[in-house]
Amino acid sequence: MSTRLRIGIDVGGTNTDAVVVDDDGNVLSSTKTATTPDPSDGIRIALDQVIADVDRAHITQAMLGTTHPANAIIRRRDLDPIGILRLAAPASLAIRPGMAWPADLHDTVIGRAAILRGGFEYDGEEISPLDEDGVRAFARDCIGVVRAIAVSSAFAPATTDHEIRAAAIIDEVTGGQVAVSMSHQVGSLGLLERENATILNAALFGVARRVVDGLQTALTRHGLDVESYLTQNDGTLMTAEEAVRLPILTVGSGPTNSMRGACALAGLSNALVIDIGGTSADVGILVDGFPRESAAAVEVGGVRTNFRMPDLISIGLGGGTLVTESGSSVLVGPDSVGYLVVTEALVSGGRTLTLSDIAVRSGRLTGFGDASLAGGISDATVSGALAWVDEQITVLCDRMKASRASMPLIAVGGGSHLVPDRVNGVAEVIRPAHYAVANAFGAAIAEASGAVDRVYRYEALGRDACLDEAKQLAVDAAVRAGADPNGVRITSVAEVPMSYLPGQGCRVQVKAAGPLKG
Amino acid sequence: MRELTLDDLDDMVIGATLLGTGGGGDPYIARLMVRQAMGRFGAVKIVDPSELDPDGLVLTTAVIGAPTVIIEKPPAGTEFVACVKALAAHLGKEPVAIMPIEVGGMNTLIPLATAVEMGLPVIDADSMRRAFPQIEMTVFTLAGIPAAPMSVADEKGNVVVLQTISNQVAEKLARASVMQLGMANGISCYPMTVRQVAEHGIQGSMSYCVELGKRLNAVKRGEEGAFDEFLRFSGGRKYFSGKIIDVDRRTTAGFARGTVVLEDLSDSERIMRVEIQNEFLIAFEDGKPVITTPDLICFLDYETSDPITTETLAYGQRINVIGLPCAPEWHQPGMLELVGPKAFGYDVDFVSMEGATA
Repeated sequence: MSTRLRIGIDVGGTNTDAVVVDDDGNVLSSTKTATTPDPSDGIRIALDQVIADVDRAHITQAMLGTTHPANAIIRRRDLDPIGILRLAAPASLAIRPGMAWPADLHDTVIGRAAILRGGFEYDGEEISPLDEDGVRAFARDCIGVVRAIAVSSAFAPATTDHEIRAAAIIDEVTGGQVAVSMSHQVGSLGLLERENATILNAALFGVARRVVDGLQTALTRHGLDVESYLTQNDGTLMTAEEAVRLPILTVGSGPTNSMRGACALAGLSNALVIDIGGTSADVGILVDGFPRESAAAVEVGGVRTNFRMPDLISIGLGGGTLVTESGSSVLVGPDSVGYLVVTEALVSGGRTLTLSDIAVRSGRLTGFGDASLAGGISDATVSGALAWVDEQITVLCDRMKASRASMPLIAVGGGSHLVPDRVNGVAEVIRPAHYAVANAFGAAIAEASGAVDRVYRYEALGRDACLDEAKQLAVDAAVRAGADPNGVRITSVAEVPMSYLPGQGCRVQVKAAGPLKG
Repeated sequence: MRELTLDDLDDMVIGATLLGTGGGGDPYIARLMVRQAMGRFGAVKIVDPSELDPDGLVLTTAVIGAPTVIIEKPPAGTEFVACVKALAAHLGKEPVAIMPIEVGGMNTLIPLATAVEMGLPVIDADSMRRAFPQIEMTVFTLAGIPAAPMSVADEKGNVVVLQTISNQVAEKLARASVMQLGMANGISCYPMTVRQVAEHGIQGSMSYCVELGKRLNAVKRGEEGAFDEFLRFSGGRKYFSGKIIDVDRRTTAGFARGTVVLEDLSDSERIMRVEIQNEFLIAFEDGKPVITTPDLICFLDYETSDPITTETLAYGQRINVIGLPCAPEWHQPGMLELVGPKAFGYDVDFVSMEGATA
């Protein structure tokens, strides 16, 4: 009877999904509803449905993955006007804040901006003493104009003093009317990218507050007094209250939850994942339970940040992809009827030959539409289209794999019927139960985490001692975030040597994660 | 004389990343500097040496420091103007043009911002037409032109002017100064006349960089025949299409050294190994050197054709490895001793992309 239950909710562009899972990862109930214009409504409806038949007394935690913040940035909606304070002068004056932003986002978000004296050198010395009078004047100037101020200082990931002091001054001058986001809490090395992320973070404070309030209200309505969390880009959790301060860290959580959920549903931690919808197929790879990250910096709403997102390859291959017969050959794609496949495909009574029709005719897909309506498709067309599909999937998997070793492939999504049972270079194709709610499941099973990103000088302490310290700091951070101290493990270690820096300077990034403690 | 447009600037950025040959610093920051400077001071003017007084003074500028520091402490702009002015004052003569030392990586663009702020044209030449890690690795060293007197400045107003007995010592003293000045500084070196630039510099480097970038952008857009045209223009060759199966990095003596290993996409028996010291220096296929410094080794993303820098290399990336021949001006006595494989400590003979060893 000591079973603890968790609720996982995922708000996507089209659907809002929810699941209830137990400690062993069994799905006790699941639901799928349409995402609503005010996403809180969809959350409430999904919650109503998913907990209807489970014992609420055993529910201890609720995890939410949501596209609200990402959509707010992409659509430039509900963003707050922000003051930007950079502490680095006289350094960095050659590039003003918001320099490379799209004009519409710049106009929406950037209310006031200043570069003041402050910030640190690589060795921890001040570039100049903090211009406290300047900070006071800027804060006064911001009252009534902006909702929050984004503060970024040079080398804040290593030395936080000026950001913390400036935040205290702003708080004092504005009497708490203007919220503050500090860059060292948001991003890693790279002042301009970190500043961008901090501005977007501050602009999302209002959106995040409404999301978290909506979740709490929905939970409270059902008498659920549980801990609530949001999922982050890297597939780990932060508390709902932390998410209100750091909403930018949730903008990439959708694909991560999908991939982690699919893998966990299949009982694996190393696998390829293919997610096929109506229009496109995305392939990613999980290594030790986490998606491999892209090498390149990621743009959010046209703004360069220093976040890493899951490394995905997408191609136009989905259930709604058009198939055309051209003489003796068969052309597949690139156009698609997308989600309209449910009315436009031949088997649905429509007039468009799609890959779903091919799948029905060949027997890969059953129970969709009226198979007799696909009877007229020639064998040559079926074999030609399937040959194309199989080739594309084989190439996608091979491109994503990091070695010759054969790996399992997990197929999820409404168009996953297109994946053949055998793929070259793939050990086996797995179609997990509940794959339709992989995102919500991924949120429900997410763990607490901690991360460290700092510059060490190996010459002083030696590489091993530096790495040990970084690992311990990451573990401590994970435990502070709620992880069970007995279950925390190091999930990634990256070392990037810094050229020309004396003392064998090396940037060390360590992440640790572990299950939430009970 | 011609003015550089914003489109040219975009082409120049990708060309500069490619000529960075894996290093040279990300030109992104420099591009933003140039845009801000053009907004304040007007268009950048590019001139040929023939358009200037042969006896006029040409001063160079570049950023010197650690790329990881520069991304965290972007330039003020004043450090470049300050080092140029200090050197002009030391020489008692005003410059008629600014010149890049290193057309490759971020130093391709920094001189543009400085020139436009000082109201000077940029001379269409340089001394490397690729990125190299040290100040003395220039065609000017081969021509016997001293790097000193030279100046190093920070953003706060500190400036040093150095006189040295060799370009190797110039490199050492500049590095030592930079360590005390915050690791993100302006440098001006190799002061010379327009005549010397015309005689000993690599001609047309800026234009080459823009044209190369223009062609790579066409490849990125998927234009028909663009890749062949890119190779034709540069004299380059595709050597390998593979995925990265190992990245080994280490820092020794201040350099980011490393080795990256790729496996052919279709034939898993074919392996390419590339040695790194800030830049890609030597590519071996099945143990045999196939591209060697000073020829350029460039990694392009297999899908997008974006140039890949050594800092972002990761297990599993799919890469086209391209070799580009170095600027013809490099092929003169002393080249291999200065910038060949042995100059970087590899016991490997130079394999010229031109088909003959120099």
